[in-house]
Amino acid sequence: MLEIKNLHASVEGKEILKGIDLTVNIGEVHAIMGPNGSGKSTLANILAGKPEYSVTEGEVMYEGKDLLAMKPEIRAREGVFLAFQYPVELPGVNNTTFLRTALNESRKYHSQPEVGAGAFLSLLKKKMHLVEMPDTLLSRSVNEGFSGGEKKRNEILQMAVLEPRLAILDETDSGLDIDALRIVANGVNKLKSRDNATIVVTHYQRLLNYIVPDYVHVLYDGRIVKSGGKDLALELEERGYEWVKQEEIAK
Amino acid sequence: MSNRDITVEELANTEYKYGFVSDVEEEKIPKGLDENVVRLISEKKHEPGWMLEWRLKAYRHWITMKEPHWSNVKYSPIDYQDIIYYAAPKKKPKLNDLNEADPDLLQAFEKLGIPLAEQKRLAGVAVDAVFDSVSVATTFKEKLSELGIVFCSISEAIQNYPDLVRKYLGSVVPYTDNFFASLNSAVFSDGSFAFVPKGVRCPMELSTYFRINASETGQFERTLIVAEEGAYVSYLEGCTAPIRDTNQLHAAVVELVALDNAEIKYSTVQNWYPGDKNGKGGIYNFVTKRGACRGVNSKISWTQVETGSAITWKYPSCLLIGDNSVGEFYSVAMTNNLQQADTGTKMIHMGKNTKSTIISKGISAGRSNNSYRGQVKIARKAENARNYSQCDSLLIGDKCGAHTFPYLETNNPTAQVEHEATTSKIGADQIFYLNQRGISTEDAVRLIVNGYCKEVFKQLPMEFAVEATRLLSMSLEGSVG
Repeated sequence: MLEIKNLHASVEGKEILKGIDLTVNIGEVHAIMGPNGSGKSTLANILAGKPEYSVTEGEVMYEGKDLLAMKPEIRAREGVFLAFQYPVELPGVNNTTFLRTALNESRKYHSQPEVGAGAFLSLLKKKMHLVEMPDTLLSRSVNEGFSGGEKKRNEILQMAVLEPRLAILDETDSGLDIDALRIVANGVNKLKSRDNATIVVTHYQRLLNYIVPDYVHVLYDGRIVKSGGKDLALELEERGYEWVKQEEIAK
Repeated sequence: MSNRDITVEELANTEYKYGFVSDVEEEKIPKGLDENVVRLISEKKHEPGWMLEWRLKAYRHWITMKEPHWSNVKYSPIDYQDIIYYAAPKKKPKLNDLNEADPDLLQAFEKLGIPLAEQKRLAGVAVDAVFDSVSVATTFKEKLSELGIVFCSISEAIQNYPDLVRKYLGSVVPYTDNFFASLNSAVFSDGSFAFVPKGVRCPMELSTYFRINASETGQFERTLIVAEEGAYVSYLEGCTAPIRDTNQLHAAVVELVALDNAEIKYSTVQNWYPGDKNGKGGIYNFVTKRGACRGVNSKISWTQVETGSAITWKYPSCLLIGDNSVGEFYSVAMTNNLQQADTGTKMIHMGKNTKSTIISKGISAGRSNNSYRGQVKIARKAENARNYSQCDSLLIGDKCGAHTFPYLETNNPTAQVEHEATTSKIGADQIFYLNQRGISTEDAVRLIVNGYCKEVFKQLPMEFAVEATRLLSMSLEGSVG
């Protein structure tokens, strides 16, 4: 589904990613871990097409297509979803209108009929159960005045509505208390299927107690320096990132 | 991203849609202004002596005045002798018989989406169409007159309802009021007049559509709306002009009078030609709009969506004279490229328990400058007056400017005045967030801006709200880099 080859990228002239290789198949869950500043969020944002980042080398194929050649909105309509680490506030933009616009943009792109206001509301009600979201958040402006936990739940609600093929969760656990973490992780787990794939970007192992990965990759200084099964996350938790750093220096 | 730039570049080239010129045969007087020109205009309109006298007094006062320069706009000096003060289509329909009108004229309005012919008229909206200096047609006139409502051009009103005109004309905006109002009083050529008698609720929206067509002319229209005791009227105003590379002057005066328990709702969607990307051409819009809440419990509400004009200088105001009277001002002012807007309101509280609300939303894009200027004055006798003001500015890009000039004068200790102001930017992160949900950059900006203007748009009548949303999208095109 996703094939990243020798990806190099920089921000404001500074090279952050220094040759990433990663293959994600359909139905898989990959966790990307690493210390602060290793390039985890950069990788997530580059896959989504954030303009400030520039790719200097390498390629990314998604479902057989050149992902890097697509505009961000096309990537989204093609099924790439990024759950933001810091969801953005949109004052005055109604949350429901926003969600319906997003869904219909994707449906139009796939030549499907648009969903009317009534039908959309009943769809939304169902999806809201997944993230235990109160109705009151729907009539509010997107993320405006939401608590940290509400913002993250709103991200997962959007994911539930848009049903992406490839979901990238960027530090979704940051700033969540243990109850919110459980709710968000449950939502993600329920959306997981054999027809989609998930990349979980996280600093801590604790999220991976809830969302169990098939593969764990450790990112350090812009490269994947270690890959393994879910046990690698536990080992990291125990030995700390220093372990990886020392090994790298020894090389 | 380069992809994005290309789209924006393409959008920036979208032309002003109303920029066409109609080939209508017109009668124009020579350029320049003196007493003879004032007399000539009055004569062409077969006006009674009192009207000419009033015009001459205004003219004589005007020549003693200096053009004001306190506003936050810059422009090269206006040569008042280089303007044509009267231009009118030669074949004006007589007594609203459109069969006699110049077909090009009818077509011009049709093209603007304002069909005047009986069978095609807009449902639920009576329209007075003003072309250059004169009103060319008023629809639904008979239907309204059954209720005692007068809706016609001000020229007709001067002929047919002289007592009403004499009683109210200049009673809210005297001919000495300000430089542009004095000029207008001397040379105004047409405009609309509406009178809603005691106890009548006007069943349809009244609307005037202003169109400047001729080159080198100024448009000076005068609108007067009177709502008697317990009457209600909702009035809409729209305007466009052709693309020309010289600036044209538009100096209008609007006066509203609300008596006891009356309500007037006045909505404007202003889309005069704004000039091109480099600031060449465009309308200079110097307008005086004022409403007097003379009666108890009366209410005047101004809603404006300003997207056009090279320069906008406009402060729709309310004189809250009657006890418990209410004044409202809802405004969206959008400037792009090199447009300049200095707009806001005045709320003058004189009666007891008077209330006013000001919601102003400025949007600046390109290299434009957008200023809010508002005055709230609480007179000594205005017990328990209340005002709430909210002035927000939204910046698109980093080459534009937003300015806020609130003036507050309270002479009564029981007054409650609140003022809130915010300035925000459409951030790249907001646009990327929407992009990442499958929404294109242009639609993202539309969503953000419409969200920002929501409080004002919901005050507009339905059709107008749709029009305003569309217009705003049009003005936004090419504003995101």
